[in-house]
Amino acid sequence: MHFLEAIRLALQTIRAQKLKSVFSAIGVFIGVTFLIGAWSIVNGMNRYMTEKFAGTLVGVNTFHLRRSPNVTFDVEDSVWRAWRRRPRIKFADATAVTLGLTVPTVTAWYSEGRGSVEYNGKVAKDITLEGATERYFDIMNLKIADGRAFTPQESKAGTTVVVLGYDLAQKLFPDVNPVGHSVRIHGLPYRVIGVVERQGNLLGISLDKFVVAPALSPIQRDVNPPGVVDALIVKANSEPEMREAMDQTEAVMRSRRHLRPRQDDNFAMETSEGVLDFWKKLSRILYAVGPGLVGIALVVGGIVIMNIMLMAVAERTREIGIRKSLGARRRDILRQFLAEATALATVGASLGIVTGIALSMLLQALSPLPASVSPFSIVLGVVVGGGVGIVAGVYPASRAARLDPIAALRQE
Amino acid sequence: MTALQSFRTGDTPLPDIVILTHKLARDYDMGGEVVRALRGVSLQIRKNEYVAVMGPSGSGKSTLMNLVGCLDTPTAGEYWLNGQKVSDLSDDALARIRNKEIGFVFQTFNLLPRATALHNVELPLIYAGLPARERREHAARALTRVGLGDRMDHRPNELSGGQRQRVAIARALVNAPSILLADEPTGNLDSATSAELMQVFGDLHRQGQTIVMVTHEHDIAAHAARVVTLRDGVIATDQLQAA
Repeated sequence: MHFLEAIRLALQTIRAQKLKSVFSAIGVFIGVTFLIGAWSIVNGMNRYMTEKFAGTLVGVNTFHLRRSPNVTFDVEDSVWRAWRRRPRIKFADATAVTLGLTVPTVTAWYSEGRGSVEYNGKVAKDITLEGATERYFDIMNLKIADGRAFTPQESKAGTTVVVLGYDLAQKLFPDVNPVGHSVRIHGLPYRVIGVVERQGNLLGISLDKFVVAPALSPIQRDVNPPGVVDALIVKANSEPEMREAMDQTEAVMRSRRHLRPRQDDNFAMETSEGVLDFWKKLSRILYAVGPGLVGIALVVGGIVIMNIMLMAVAERTREIGIRKSLGARRRDILRQFLAEATALATVGASLGIVTGIALSMLLQALSPLPASVSPFSIVLGVVVGGGVGIVAGVYPASRAARLDPIAALRQE
Repeated sequence: MTALQSFRTGDTPLPDIVILTHKLARDYDMGGEVVRALRGVSLQIRKNEYVAVMGPSGSGKSTLMNLVGCLDTPTAGEYWLNGQKVSDLSDDALARIRNKEIGFVFQTFNLLPRATALHNVELPLIYAGLPARERREHAARALTRVGLGDRMDHRPNELSGGQRQRVAIARALVNAPSILLADEPTGNLDSATSAELMQVFGDLHRQGQTIVMVTHEHDIAAHAARVVTLRDGVIATDQLQAA
């Protein structure tokens, strides 16, 4: 009997017993649903974390020189208190580091605080107030939608100009172009010179509610104690160059802080990798637990299919006898029942794939969590589902193939 | 007519002998006790013979049928089918012989209940490896030949007993086998339908088909040209009768 013939026959048998088939494939169905669904979510999170989260917070080939890491996960109290006792990064530190770097880099100062922004009696509360130098926009890849960023001169002079985030601009200036108008931050007027392109959101939090003013403008009093900067951002052209820049930064800072060789750094250099550490710890747990759960569901699914197939062989002993009397060889019968078990499992797996994709899309629609269905997971779902069918079908099918035709024909 | 060829071990049958058994024996091991179902049956059947095998239950006629039908292998002796020695073939080789050389008609019809008449008749062709279109053509022709051209899409439970047995005959003949092997073909039919079936067998015989039929009914055996009677695992009588 031809292989396609066996598959056709198997599908016919499944169609003839829809309900029974659905129940027998339910284990594989659940396993594959979970495989696809969980994989899509973890995969989506992964991509989100590497591409957006880390990129947004730190940037590619970029590190931040800070008093302590900004993004942390599971930090002990004592460590936290030690971080708080460290000296802050001073303007002078930032300048010295910038001068001490020999690899080609782009640097910017950055400080942030929270406050409200006013225009014409309208108040926008809980806005991120950012004091930065001019290259900040390049490094963070903030494109100007309208107007311009500030110039090196404005940055050095600390001119009272400001660039608005998209949402903030929409809120304060619903009808007019904000460029050229004046907003008040903590009572002081700043001239709006530009609006940044829409950034979207990160895990549901808007990234467009901010103002950026020159680090040396009066905004410095709203974000930090005098002469203190939150971070010096250094962007290199490549990963090795970034590493070198980090070494140079460390050397400059250690000498400025008069640290002896035995003493640890009392400052932090944070890279996107460091931010990702947090996520990696979490995803490692998911990747360890996920396959275990999928495996259990598939093993149970396989056992169910094996039982169903053993029952089918017992029920259809006479059919097997008839087929043998008409010239079916052992391998024909083997193939028929293997195809049936495999088709059963594959149908379950296919339903699982569809449901898994639907679940992950539903989750994406209802929550800020992203999902990304990996094509590989679909292939794996089909292969694993079909594989379970083959493994589960081997024993029942070989029992069917070994039946004695005379005894099988005698069966009522 | 009884002794067609004086056959000795090592000989080859004459070309027109379809079935030749030589001292065929079959023992069954029934939990330590050996039952000798056949004790040396030597039988020769020529092309286009119509033979009825009779005998009381336990005489070994079912065992002989199973051996002749290549469903079983003998404990001792030789069996030649159509010039080929089949008594020592492997399982798969026997399956091939069953497919090509033998057409079975059973007492209980043995049709697949969920399949249509057409699909039932197609089955031997599937195992012969014919492509789907050819299969359907052959099967449709075979069904038409037994007068069921308009019942091809019916399932067995939508057919009468006589019609079911005709489907079984169409299935038996679809591969043009050397022998038609019928095991109590009228056992589940009323006498009118039985008579019809015997008509079909008679027609097939006249068209050149070799038929071997096991029965315990004398009026059914009367349709055959030759009657072989078994008793206690050996041939008791073997006689020709007037048609």
